[in-house]
Formats: sequence, C-alpha cells, structure tokens
Amino acid sequence: MADKRTTLAEAVSRLESGMTIGIGGWGSRRKPMAIVRAILNSDLTDLTIVSYGGPDVGLLANSGKVRKVIAGFVTLDSIALEPLWRQVRQRGAIELQEVDEGLFYLGLQAAAWRVPFLPARAGLGSDVLARYPEMKTVASPYVDGPFADPADAGATFLAMPALRLDAAIVHANAADTAGNATFTGPDPYFDELFLGAADLRIVTAERVVENGTLDTVGPLAKATIHRLLTDLVVETPNGAHFTSCAPDYDRDEAFQKAYVAAASDPEAWAAFAARYLAVDEATYQAAVLEDLENRA
Amino acid sequence: MRDITRADICIAAAAEAWRGAGEIMASPFGTVPMVASRLAKRTFSPDLVLTDGEAAIIVGAPPITTRPSDLVREAAVPYKTIFSVVWSGRRHIMMQASQIDRFGNQNLSAIGPANQPKVQLIGVRGAPGNSVNHKTSYWVPDHSTKTFVAAVDTVCGVGYDRAEAAGPGATRFHDLPLVVSNLGVFDFSGPGHTMALRSMHPGVTVDEVIAATGFDLHIGDVVETPLPTDEQLAIIDELDPKGARDREVKA
Repeated sequence: MADKRTTLAEAVSRLESGMTIGIGGWGSRRKPMAIVRAILNSDLTDLTIVSYGGPDVGLLANSGKVRKVIAGFVTLDSIALEPLWRQVRQRGAIELQEVDEGLFYLGLQAAAWRVPFLPARAGLGSDVLARYPEMKTVASPYVDGPFADPADAGATFLAMPALRLDAAIVHANAADTAGNATFTGPDPYFDELFLGAADLRIVTAERVVENGTLDTVGPLAKATIHRLLTDLVVETPNGAHFTSCAPDYDRDEAFQKAYVAAASDPEAWAAFAARYLAVDEATYQAAVLEDLENRA
Repeated sequence: MRDITRADICIAAAAEAWRGAGEIMASPFGTVPMVASRLAKRTFSPDLVLTDGEAAIIVGAPPITTRPSDLVREAAVPYKTIFSVVWSGRRHIMMQASQIDRFGNQNLSAIGPANQPKVQLIGVRGAPGNSVNHKTSYWVPDHSTKTFVAAVDTVCGVGYDRAEAAGPGATRFHDLPLVVSNLGVFDFSGPGHTMALRSMHPGVTVDEVIAATGFDLHIGDVVETPLPTDEQLAIIDELDPKGARDREVKA
C-alpha cells in the first residue's frame, strides 16, 4: 500500500501560484498553521483562500500572497476580530467574497458531490447575493405533481455554486501512513468536505501512526477521514499552534494576545515576524517552547 | 432587595424573546442575551436547548462563569449539525447588530464601502441564513444614530423589505420578533413592517429614544419596560455572579 508521508517542504512544493486553496478548521481552532507558516516563506503568490477564517487568513492576506478570500468571517474566537485581516481589508488591498457560513458548507458539499450548485434559502435578500453578480438563484422545478410544496409556489432559492478547490489542507489529531486520519476533538468542522472538494488533498497531523492503528488514538467513529480523501500526509507536532487542537492542546491564548498586540505596531510586528514567521518550523517550535519556559 | 440596573432590565426584556418557545435551540450572542436565555430556561421556557458555544448541548442553565470542564453535556452538535437545526427552523437566535435599519436589516460585516471598509468587523457569519430560516431577534447594547441607521452598509441579517423583494423563498420562514437595546424594546409592528417602539426602559424618555435613532421610529402606545421580579433578580445574580452584564450595558 502507498505510503503517503512526506515533508512540509515537499507538500508546499506541490502548491502553485494562482491556486484556490481551502484551509480546514474554524476561526482560531485546529488550523494547519505549520503549513500556513511554510506558505508564508514560499514563493507562492496570487492565491485564493477559502476558509472558515482565523489567523490563517490574517497571516496569508497580510503576506501579499493572496489575491482573493472567500469566507463568512475571520476571527480569533477569544478575540473577536483578526487584526491583520482588518488592516488588509481597511487598506482595500484584497478581494473578498463573503459567504454565509451555511452556504459555505453547501458550496464545499456541492464540489465534493460534483454537482454545480445546491439550493438554499440562506443568502436570499442579503448582500451575500446582491453584491456578487456571479451568484445566481434557481426556481424549484417541483411546481406540481407529488413533490410540489404549495407553500413554496413561485419561490426561488439561492443556488450556492460548488466551491471547487485546487488544493485543501487540514490538520488532524492523528493520521496513518496510508492517509486515514482522525479528529479526536469535539468538532470535525468541515474538513472532510474541504478534502472532498479539492484536487490535491493534504493532511497534516499531530502524529502519524501505522496503518490500522488509528483506533488506538481514539474511537474509530472519529476517524472520518479515509484514504480516498487524501494524497499527502505530513507529521507536524504542535502544528496547529497557536490555534487550539483539542484534546491535544488548547489555544495558546498568551501567544495569540502577543500576536494581536504586535499587529498593532509596525516595529513590534517586525520583531514578531523575525522571531516567529521568517523561520522554519523547527525554529518556530523552539521559540514557542522557550516562551513557555519563560512563562512558567 | 438590591438596586436594579439597566442591564437587569435588558435581561428580563430579552428573556421574553423565548417565552413560549418550547423545545427549540436558543442561540444568544452577548452577555445580556446569554443570561436572558438561561433566565428564560430557568423560568418560563424549561425545554429550551442551550449549547456550550462550541459543539455540545448542555444540561440545565448554569451560571455563565461555569468552566467548560464543569458543564454537563447531553448531546453533540458539531457545526455541520447546527446548520440542520438552522434550516429546520427549530432555533431562535439573538444576534448583535453593529448597524440595524427600520426594516430590521442588520450589519455585522463591515462599516463603509465593501471594497475598502472603514472598519472591518467579523463578517456576515450565519446571519443571512439565520434570518430567513428561523426567528431572529437582535440585541444592541449601544443604541445611537450610529447603530440604528437609515441604511446599513452591508445587509447580513435580512430585514422585512429585503425579504419581501426576494420573494416567498425568503419570506416563508422570515420572522424578526424583537429588538432589545440599552434604551428600550422594539418590534416590527409599524406600518409596512417597520420598527416600532414597544417599551422604553425606566428612566428613558421617548425623546431620548427618538434622538438616538437614525430613522423614523413608529411610536404607538408606549409603555415602560417592566422591572425584573425579585425571583428573576435572584436568578440573574446566580447566572452572572461577577456582574459581566453591567459592563456590557451603559445606562
């Protein structure tokens, strides 16, 4: 059986400028931050990022590598507003398509199921529809016959287009060598659909175990990412830092506060970026460990 | 009994959103709505379904200071299942509004032009879907002409005029029962589903409300918002022992 393990560098080398990339997780929760950091240090540019946005979106948008973002929000959860995202938006430096959170789910689902759209009430009447001429509505074809609902006579629905992705990146609590993975925390979010919607599917994980042993990490029912959904597996311990990766670790709130504080001042940001961003993953993790020891 | 604060009054008023709600999910955003939903569950709406704000339904209506590890959970509701709840209609959310207009269009996305906002806020979130699928009420802790505006900059939550224009797909389940602010209680019983002042909080005058509102507010028979009962105050104290509510609400 194929061994899907590879390195961060190799995984990032498979991405190309101009790609539409979906990033799993939600807000400041279980984001594949190790690979986000690696992208910051790559030559990639002109990206479109599709995300339930957190610091992944803030950092990438701020790096100038992103042309467009498709999102319903960008937040740090315990801190409501993402500071880098605000700055980029308020400079008018990026294109944004805002999508209702539920529509976003349908867009990924449509792509994963290879249908052009899925209908919803969500978005009707709002600027999620009115602001983007590329977004369309559809009338129900069931106007009579056994499946017609008289209460919806004459109704149109929003036709949420498939959000097809060139690549998807998600972070799991554990993966196996064959490309199966498990989310042992409280919420798998929409990571399975990000993978299903994408051509190139990358799973980073806290640890990589032998094929057939994911049930030793947590209940098999949590191992909902099977190898039909994945191409590459990268072991990135503490790889979601500073976002949460329950039950392995919580969000590093002290780090997140420092990130927000640094973002408010160019000089502080330069120092922050030099220590945490312009470095490889091992150096980043060493710096984080040093911070932890200093705080203790 | 202790002094009654404006926040206490807002909580008792907001709790009324869930009176008679039965077995639906109450989704509160902000301290006042959170305490209010738990007050409703403790008193007149015991079947309300409350979540831990992450991925589980919790048992009871514990104090808002309860540590996550001390919550008792009864079922898992990861995000994917939440949208099934939203689209089934079995939910009444109380969202906040950075801007709201006389038809109930709400903005929490950004202030200013779409391409280069003056202030980038959190984003549309689930507001478009919430507002056309189930009951959606609003809480505005800082009532002023900056929050109650003639026209919102981005329509996130859908108001009555925009729902009407979008047709029956949008209007079928559209229902905005209540707006609670730090000055009063409002609904959309004005002409053509426009915002009407239902009650003002004790100590607030009609003129103050009008001056703080950036559009023509329908003024019908206006009463004073009732004070919380002693029983309600005791429960509010238990739900919010550190007085977080009084930091959210300016008098």
